[in-house]
Amino acid sequence: MTVLWVGFGLLAASFSLALVRAVIGPTVADRAVAADVGLYGIISVLALLAAATGAGQFLDVALIGVLLGFLATVALAALVGRQRS
Amino acid sequence: MTVIASVFIVLGCALTLLAGVGILRFPDVFTRANAATKAAGLGVACVLLGAGLWIGTWEAGIKLGIAAVLQFLTAPISGHLIGRAAYRSGAPLAASTHIDDLADPADTLSQSLED
Repeated sequence: MTVLWVGFGLLAASFSLALVRAVIGPTVADRAVAADVGLYGIISVLALLAAATGAGQFLDVALIGVLLGFLATVALAALVGRQRS
Repeated sequence: MTVIASVFIVLGCALTLLAGVGILRFPDVFTRANAATKAAGLGVACVLLGAGLWIGTWEAGIKLGIAAVLQFLTAPISGHLIGRAAYRSGAPLAASTHIDDLADPADTLSQSLED
């Protein structure tokens, strides 16, 4: 169980760093990358929650999160590529 | 089984943390996307596999295995798309960039004609 707490701590640190980059990021693409890393952290936390509590519902949320994250990134890339700055 | 799962979980979380450090410290959006894609793609896949091994049932293993494979397949594609979109939107390159293969004279000419 200690391993899961260590994992939660590492993921929280990663999410905080991604949040800093999302706030200060100079371009929209920077914020998109930071949001991607934040979503990866959330998916990992969901998998660890499923392992810690034994609740199977978190597995479905993690699977849907992976798929939706990819779709969101593709849509955001289309949006970023269209603007001329 | 728990030992292998612990190794996977800690390795994956450390890789995700490395992705966070990378996107905070690298100089431009392309190097940041590189760090985020490589480290976080492998990191999330490792965490999902580790959680599947930790739980140990077939249902959890299959679901998390599918999620890990999908993550491993789609992370490079999304990183490539973000980098391409960033270059086309005119994101600045880092000052230490030596070679810019996309800065072709023909490209800049057609772009200036479009503008």
